[in-house]
Amino acid sequence: MGLAATVVLNGLTLAALYFIVASGFSLIFGLMRVVNMAHGTLYLVAGYVGYRVFEPLYDADVWWAWYAGLAAGIAFAAVAGALMQVLLLSWMQGQELRQALVTIGISIIAADQVLAIFGGTPRQFFAPDAIFGSTQVPFVGGYPTFRLVQIGVAMAVGVALWLLLNRTRLGMMIRAGVDDREMLGACGVNVPRVGIAVFALGAALCGLGGVIGSTAQPLALGQDGRFLLISLVVVIVGGMGSITGTAIGAVLVGLAEQLGQALFPTYSVILTFVIMATVLALRPQGILGRG
Amino acid sequence: MAERIVRTGVVALLLTAPFLLLAVLPLNQAQFWTANVLGRAVVFGIIALSLTFLATYGGFISLAQMMIAGTAGYGVAVTVDGAVPSIVGGLPYALAVPLGLLAATAMGLLVGAIAVRTRDIYLLMITLALAMGVFRFVETNIAWFNGYEGIRNVVGPRLFGQDFRNPYVFYYVSLAVALLLYGFVLYLVRTPFGLVLQGIRDNARRVAALGYSVPLHRIAAFGVAGFIAGCGGVLATIYNIGISPGSIGLGPTVNVLIMSVIGGLGHPVGAFIGSLIFTVFDTFAANLYDRDRFNTLIGLVFLVIVLVSPDGVTGIFGRLRGLAGAGKRSARSLASINKP
Amino acid sequence: MRYPLTRRTALLGTAGLAATTLSAPAIAQRAPIRLGGLTTLEGPFATGGQDAYRCVQMELERINNTAGGRRIEFIRESSNAQADVALARARKLIEQDNVDIILGPLSGAEGIALRDYSRTLTGRTIVNGSSGAADTTLRNPSPNFFRFNTDGTQWMAGLGNHVFKTMGIKDVAVTAGDYAFPYAQVFGFNIEFCRAGGRSTHYWAPLGTTDFGSQIAQINRSDAGAIVVVHGGTDGLAFMTQYAQSGGSKPLIAGSIMADQSMLSARGPHRRVMIGMISAGPIADVIDDPTWREFVERYRRRWLNEGGFQSPSIHGVNYTTNLLGILHALNAVDGDLSGNQAAFQRALAAASFNAPTGASVKLDHNRQAISDIFLNRIEERDGRAQVVSFARANAVNQTLGTPEAQFLALGSPSRDNPGCVPAST
Repeated sequence: MGLAATVVLNGLTLAALYFIVASGFSLIFGLMRVVNMAHGTLYLVAGYVGYRVFEPLYDADVWWAWYAGLAAGIAFAAVAGALMQVLLLSWMQGQELRQALVTIGISIIAADQVLAIFGGTPRQFFAPDAIFGSTQVPFVGGYPTFRLVQIGVAMAVGVALWLLLNRTRLGMMIRAGVDDREMLGACGVNVPRVGIAVFALGAALCGLGGVIGSTAQPLALGQDGRFLLISLVVVIVGGMGSITGTAIGAVLVGLAEQLGQALFPTYSVILTFVIMATVLALRPQGILGRG
Repeated sequence: MAERIVRTGVVALLLTAPFLLLAVLPLNQAQFWTANVLGRAVVFGIIALSLTFLATYGGFISLAQMMIAGTAGYGVAVTVDGAVPSIVGGLPYALAVPLGLLAATAMGLLVGAIAVRTRDIYLLMITLALAMGVFRFVETNIAWFNGYEGIRNVVGPRLFGQDFRNPYVFYYVSLAVALLLYGFVLYLVRTPFGLVLQGIRDNARRVAALGYSVPLHRIAAFGVAGFIAGCGGVLATIYNIGISPGSIGLGPTVNVLIMSVIGGLGHPVGAFIGSLIFTVFDTFAANLYDRDRFNTLIGLVFLVIVLVSPDGVTGIFGRLRGLAGAGKRSARSLASINKP
Repeated sequence: MRYPLTRRTALLGTAGLAATTLSAPAIAQRAPIRLGGLTTLEGPFATGGQDAYRCVQMELERINNTAGGRRIEFIRESSNAQADVALARARKLIEQDNVDIILGPLSGAEGIALRDYSRTLTGRTIVNGSSGAADTTLRNPSPNFFRFNTDGTQWMAGLGNHVFKTMGIKDVAVTAGDYAFPYAQVFGFNIEFCRAGGRSTHYWAPLGTTDFGSQIAQINRSDAGAIVVVHGGTDGLAFMTQYAQSGGSKPLIAGSIMADQSMLSARGPHRRVMIGMISAGPIADVIDDPTWREFVERYRRRWLNEGGFQSPSIHGVNYTTNLLGILHALNAVDGDLSGNQAAFQRALAAASFNAPTGASVKLDHNRQAISDIFLNRIEERDGRAQVVSFARANAVNQTLGTPEAQFLALGSPSRDNPGCVPAST
């Protein structure tokens, strides 16, 4: 009983991390129709930049070192995302494949530059002492506090996104733009600026995932490919452009990974892809995807 | 018209290059260039051809081609006599190679079937995810594929009394295969099947209204591309004296895309041009820039090409010739890929 | 004096050479010896590869790039731990850069590929860099492939017995990566541990696993008295960090790559559980040996302020040991690589010298090293974590003392064959 509960909880906390990262991907696609293949690279870069800010502060024993790293990572990712949209992607509006190719090119260059600038050593954030260590959870016993924090952050992100999309003017503009971009422009809305805001927001979410993920797992080259793939699978399974769908996809993928590791470790990696192939066969637009 | 000139030029160059090299370089360096630059370019050009074929005539960008090529390679490695470790083993190349090609074609059909109801950007994502899924499976499965280590000692058959890996035997056999497949592609697209396929690319609904089965044509296209990729995969496996999961990982998968895009997604000959450019850069990056920063260099070239000339090098050539007709045709074929 | 060993200068030198010496073996005698280096500078083992080249460069500088009366030209290549990439780079070194000897590779799969390639060569030699897969020399050895470092199985010599007899632990949980190198290490541990009467439960994880949550949950609930951690690089970091976060407190036994400077220098929460960890391997940070102390001093003077670690890594030391083997043989034949390197290869096979750790090194009939293995513990010294050796097993051979036929009969290490054969069978 205890083991099963632990494994399920592991799956949910992992799903939380995947949701945070994939939500940015889903947002950018759902609203901008851009498949950002540089999404994983944003994760990586946010982690490294955040770490650069974090490390000297941590060595100086400053209590807010981790939070500073987190803020730096998010800010950097948001700016990078906005720049990508403004400088490169905005003049290819409508050419989805070409935009995807551009983001692939960016990801290759950026990943290599990260290796050049930061080197190959893996690194990992020390979470602030307040959230390090373990908490007592019913049925499970001692459980890493940080993983519980992951769930908290994911839920906060989910709620905040829902509120943004459904209760604010910006959200209303975004949803209108998804349905009919030209009409939105005709209504007097500065559509390109909304686009930049959305891209920055999606990238910021990825940056958030980058720092949190790099506290739970080591940050090293290769994480960009890994999280891009995970975001792809989560969004394919859950449905593009739907936040609830992304949440469902993340839960499925996270649980599959952890259950697989516990039950049949050798093949756990392909369980995720089997789920994806099944969903594609039965419902190609994803579980909650539209059209 | 521009394409025909490029085509003839490239074929002539590839046919005569080894002799030119022998005239200019000392023997061992000429051999190195022949096998490791030209040979590798031709072999990867075949795999890139499968991607370009799907892109030009089917309107799909499939990122699964490298994985499908690897399927053929694994098919040969698992069944052929002399491989280490011997999984099934015992078969001569005459049987192992067709088995590998069969496996690749079957994998192509499977990928096509899974992705049949998707288009454009979804197809790109799904083929990428499928390729990575197979990659992870092969990397972790010891019983069938020997996992991370891969299968080694696939040395190739003896042809004309020579080891297959003799630089000249390898190069000219690969070139012959490449030319045959290229000619096959050019022929196929003029057959009814090819014409329907291009019709589906331009307007699927209309073609369906004419009574053709859109899904079957798409799946068949993937099967053809799978066969082509499989040929490249078998040759690549012999070149590498074996195969390992690294050959079908994210890096090589994206590399094939880079080759196709650099050469020009709207022209099958672009696959070989792009592959040649890529291989030359790869071999001599150290002299030009910094061997360690090869990825930045090739990424920049790729990015510039996508931004400036979506039709790659072939497109640039077409534009330089000032032949408005050819330029418009190639731009149109790329634009049609982007149609919703 | 710093010798600018860039690829550019080396390549230019080679091009000039190729242009002037098409086929003149007599003149080639006093021409420079071309030594090609191959290590992983990309991918997961990049930091190990960087250190390997640092140590090689340091050693070449020390002998002023001369051995056997000839200058040595060092040409660097890099790979990413993938067999086919390593093969392509090795072919470039041999076929285009025309090197006489290759020093490398670093990782296990690459080593096997290069061993197979070396069999197709005439008059060239490949000397291992740091790769540690047992089968490279144990099964199907190649006459052109030499390895002066011990393999992954040998590195665990003494550890199994120590855990059972000295630490008194009868039951362990083994968490290891699901690929060849960990298989070899687990095999080496189990051969001693199970024969002594111990019980091992194995938890395998594919390479690239970063979330060990469920595995750790199972281990924490089991009766294991200790955890044997055999992962490489990032996976090992992930495991230890997550183990620390889960509040676990079982003693940790480490595979050789785990207790290494490249791991200890990586910043992160994993360091909390590493203090007190026991491991075994061919090196340690602190060895009570004058040769080692001198080597570490030189390394720190040369590299500490230029990206080096606090003390050389396992890859740095292995590459140096293999290089010393090459230099030894070159000096013994006075630089004579003629006759398809026959005399040189004989000298390699007969070489006997001391590794930088002070351990004695000589080769067996498969051209595989027989050398000393250290038992280590991670301690806090001088304000930082260091690997301190407290015992040494002398002249460990590839079968760990078992008769060769019996050892070979056990089969290759794999997930289904982890070497846990109780003494009774």
